[in-house]
Amino acid sequence: MTDLVERDAAAVTPSPASTTPPKSRLRSEAFARRLRARHAAERRFRLAGAAAVALAALMLVLLLGSIVAKGASAFLEARIRLEVTLDPADVADRNYAAPLRRALYAQFPQVTDRAGRRVLNDLLSSGAPYELEAMVAKNPALAGTTQTIWVRADDQIDQLVKGGYRRDLPESERGLSDAKVAAADALLASGALAQGFNTTLFTAGDSREPEQAGIGGAIVGSLLTLLVTMALSVPTGIAAAVYLEEFAPKNRWTDLIEVNINNLAAVPSIIFGLLGLAVFLGFFGMPRSAPLVGGLVMALMTLPVIIIASRVALKAVPPSIRQAALGIGASPLQTVLHHVLPLAMPGILTGTIIGMARALGETAPLLLIGMVAFIVDVPHGLTDSATVLPVQIYMWADSPERAFTERTSAAILILLGVLILLNGAAVILRKIFERRW
Amino acid sequence: MTTRTHVVAASALGVALSLAAPAWAQSRDQIRAVGSSTVFPFTTAVAEAFGKTGKFKTPVVESTGTGGGLKLFCAGVGPAHPDIANASRRIKKSEIDQCAGNGVTTMTELKIGYDGIALASSKKAAPVSLSTVLLWKALAKEVPVNGALVANPYKLWSDIDPSLPKAAIEVLGPPPTSGTRDTFNELAMLEGCKKLAEVAKAVPDEKARERACMTIREDGAYVEAGENDNLIVQKLLANPNAFGVFGYSYLDQNRDTLQSAKMDGVELTAETVAAGKYELARPLYIYVKNAHAGVIPGIREFIGEYTSERAMGDDGYLVDKGLIPEPKALRDAARVEAVNLTPLQF
Repeated sequence: MTDLVERDAAAVTPSPASTTPPKSRLRSEAFARRLRARHAAERRFRLAGAAAVALAALMLVLLLGSIVAKGASAFLEARIRLEVTLDPADVADRNYAAPLRRALYAQFPQVTDRAGRRVLNDLLSSGAPYELEAMVAKNPALAGTTQTIWVRADDQIDQLVKGGYRRDLPESERGLSDAKVAAADALLASGALAQGFNTTLFTAGDSREPEQAGIGGAIVGSLLTLLVTMALSVPTGIAAAVYLEEFAPKNRWTDLIEVNINNLAAVPSIIFGLLGLAVFLGFFGMPRSAPLVGGLVMALMTLPVIIIASRVALKAVPPSIRQAALGIGASPLQTVLHHVLPLAMPGILTGTIIGMARALGETAPLLLIGMVAFIVDVPHGLTDSATVLPVQIYMWADSPERAFTERTSAAILILLGVLILLNGAAVILRKIFERRW
Repeated sequence: MTTRTHVVAASALGVALSLAAPAWAQSRDQIRAVGSSTVFPFTTAVAEAFGKTGKFKTPVVESTGTGGGLKLFCAGVGPAHPDIANASRRIKKSEIDQCAGNGVTTMTELKIGYDGIALASSKKAAPVSLSTVLLWKALAKEVPVNGALVANPYKLWSDIDPSLPKAAIEVLGPPPTSGTRDTFNELAMLEGCKKLAEVAKAVPDEKARERACMTIREDGAYVEAGENDNLIVQKLLANPNAFGVFGYSYLDQNRDTLQSAKMDGVELTAETVAAGKYELARPLYIYVKNAHAGVIPGIREFIGEYTSERAMGDDGYLVDKGLIPEPKALRDAARVEAVNLTPLQF
């Protein structure tokens, strides 16, 4: 390719200083050197480009690799099999710890002293009695019967099964007593301690006990927040974009508005949190930690992004479409609603989804309006206290228990999965609806 | 079209407001606590256990830092303001005044126990014994040399004391916004500094001396490692020569890889802290707004759960979370005062 150009150039403008005919100039030493230099430059450029891509890919693989390596084990949880005899008296008393303990002691008949039984009690999650209670609540006929059930193990046992504790260390340094390790090993050997899919992680709200903690509450909180954000910012954003692009006169005021919108899109998100604190909590007196307030703040944050993306999409619709519509007698409103807006929709949707994805991953503004909080109950409405996925990740990352480390990574994986889904939807929508002129 | 735009915008806003309007008029049926990130793990554990009893909603606990939490707590009385403040230090006179100015005149103080501040390093390093004086010399911005304060010349631990390892001074700790840093400044830096007569001679003015004592060097020997203590733990594992400053619970969870330095010959354990032998230990508090008891349901019961033996006792679940409880006699006295909501006299 390059030497074709060179030949053309040589043919069209022969250097007046040259005395050799063009054909031999192509074979000259100087030409060959220039050609080699240009080929080398191109190779260098391609190599640099490939290296940049490879570096980026390597970073991504390292990042994802370390998260997957740390988080994959969190999708499994250790459970203990027990033959529980539900004494009707215990059920009436709502004393569900007693039948679980009796069943556990039955598996270790040699342990009779208090200290030994205490070790056994600690094998079970402190939430196990509530699991049993929930089972009985669902099926009251269980009272008085003997059932084989699997209940959650304590997070330390969970980590032991997954290899989180070093067995070669003396017990003072291991952080887990020899007695517990021995009891867990005995259960493992008899098959009464096994790992199963961790449904708790997806359904439960937050907890201080890693084995009972889940992102269910955070997911619902994120959904409620995004719902408010979308309900507010999408119609407002599109309406503003349509007005500014199609109807507004071009004068100093619209210029000023445009500059301000572009500025707002670049404002750090924490500023919107401060605004939310002052206006929504301070002035309107809305409740703290509510997804409603979170959604309002996020809506303000995503609004400029949506307006800018929508305006770009509207600009990309060729003027001929508008002229044709007006030419056959459509009103300006009909032109926009029937022709311009539908054609701009794929671009608007892409911008909206990217804005929503940003809102989904945001924590900073929520800190100020009280959504960075420990909330156990799964929220049921817009004014219930709630937290969101990235906040849940942030709070787990700060917890000392090592079982939270893997759950942090697992929650990151889930958040990444949702973001990939959202961005993938944006790409697919564009592919389906995009029209080229 | 302009009218239509306005209609769309106005209706969207209207929908949002009408959804919200009834909500903030009603009273709150859920306890709200704010405050220290050090007390956060304990209050959340109690909140969860309290919620599981099924009689009341699980309280919401926010981690805002002690100062920020007390500011919210003192902002007023009523459902819009939190009921409980977690604090990793005692409430100050200025904060009490601020509270009183906003109508929060009576509150109950509950000392829940202690937290020890660890100076930990990787198990790969040789164990060392430090003291507050050594720590101060290692970390102060200016130290006395020949009777005058000069910029800290010590680069290696062995420069300060030949018995210490020949390794560069590197301490990873929390930033100034953290309550742990406040406590570290007060208990380690100030106390260590007070023990040196040369400092008193070099800086006779008391205020200036206190400032000189608490100013930490900025030449890279003290690294502000952020509020995330798990991050400091990981950095210590990667660098065996470094020391990290963090709360007892993180040391307790990482005993297999970390060791803590002795402080004036005393090891950091729950026993030495409870006995008052370990110097870098601080009491932890919660403050309860008396005016909210009986208005927000469950406040007395929540304090009852917090002070119960199954929570704060020697084998309680808070001890599993790293709390160092007070001796039983003091606990029992504190329980009676707290459950009766005996107002704090300052």
